[in-house]
Amino acid sequence: MLKGRHLIDPMDLTVEELESVFKLADEIIENPAEYADVCKGKLLSTCFYEPSTRTRLSFEAAMLRLGGQVLGFSSAESSSAAKGESVRDTMMTIASYADICAMRHPKEGAPKVAALNSPIPVINGGDGGHQHPTQTLTDLLTIRALRGKLTDFTIGICGDLKFGRTVHSLIKALSRYDNIKFILISPEELKIPDYIREEILMKNGLEFQEIERLEDVMNELDILYMTRVQKERFFNEADYVRLKDSYILDKDKMSMAKQDMAVLHPLPRVNEISVEIDNDPRAAYFKQAKYGMYVRMALIMKLLGVEKC
Amino acid sequence: MLKVDSIERGIVIDHIAAGKSMKIYKYLNLDEADFTVAMIKNVASKKLGRKDIIKIENVLDIDLNVLGFIDHNITINIIENDKIVKKLNLELPQEVSNVVKCSNPRCITSIEQEIDQRFRLVNREEKLYRCIYCDQAYDPNKQDI
Ligand SMILES: [Zn+2]
Repeated sequence: MLKGRHLIDPMDLTVEELESVFKLADEIIENPAEYADVCKGKLLSTCFYEPSTRTRLSFEAAMLRLGGQVLGFSSAESSSAAKGESVRDTMMTIASYADICAMRHPKEGAPKVAALNSPIPVINGGDGGHQHPTQTLTDLLTIRALRGKLTDFTIGICGDLKFGRTVHSLIKALSRYDNIKFILISPEELKIPDYIREEILMKNGLEFQEIERLEDVMNELDILYMTRVQKERFFNEADYVRLKDSYILDKDKMSMAKQDMAVLHPLPRVNEISVEIDNDPRAAYFKQAKYGMYVRMALIMKLLGVEKC
Repeated sequence: MLKVDSIERGIVIDHIAAGKSMKIYKYLNLDEADFTVAMIKNVASKKLGRKDIIKIENVLDIDLNVLGFIDHNITINIIENDKIVKKLNLELPQEVSNVVKCSNPRCITSIEQEIDQRFRLVNREEKLYRCIYCDQAYDPNKQDI
């Protein structure tokens, strides 16, 4: 039962619980009209202590499409935190108005503090560099929708694998499914942290490979998950010049890929995916944003315990 | 030698690293106690060279779990009728509250001081504790208890 629970860490949900969320998302995608009023009379509060328009709009669109309503704030300055109110006190106040809360906070662990003090479900909408579970759910639902299942594929994860929390959560989440091969593509200095390599990949006996250049593995991938590499993250100019093009997805690289490969990206992108491939049917990142809304709709329904009438 | 009466009934916390008894006194909230407590510092010890001892008289129901987190060498004897009736083995507690602080400058506890500093045991073999809020590992080498 997910009713009344919080979602703080993507690993808070078992594989079975995730599957129940994804099944509901499938049904919503199939018949959105049947879900248009299920949250009538319910209120979602979006407590965003730092701006993240994309995530906030996704939560709000999800609630509005379920027939519920939303209220909240979108920066610390416009909240009572500016006057020094604690997360705990803000949460207890919000809980007396709303039925469910989505919280984003620049400090790690803030949504956990809220959850410990909240009688209503709290969803972590991102806490610093720590967790962003609804992004992980989005990624999983997208892969599942495109491939029909969450097992048996090779995923290339490309970019800044050292600092990218999205990538760490995704690897952890995928480590619970069978027969997935990971190809990790990054400059030497931006490889995955040791704890991900040792405690997740090696400990679970997962097949993985760490390489430097995307073009060397394009033809092996079923999924390509792109993230951005910032120039400042390279240790030296020579490496940057030598490798910068390896982390930009363009038509040339796409021509080496399988016909049914899917390109994912958590968005927003800067220049790591050339706009020339947006029309390629394998470019799935805008679809992914849509799945993000559907998975939030399913999650809100599950945590509120509402069902189709 | 300083003579501290042996107790007829109570708890003896022995083999405390020399100089640490004051901290343990604090973690066990003994400063709020209304019963008799003796703290003995720098006692000669075969095992440790010098050690501290705390004796608590006539009370047996103190939660001593936190001691397993603080120092594994500590031994606990329960005394009744002048005799040791039980030696307790310390185990690592599942969670410790307000014993150590999270060292992550990005953790919510770094800006909201009234939040309890809570760490939970995530790996018993490696004695690994993490902050329940931000998952930062507690590193005993960087932070003294
Ligand atoms: Zn912390």
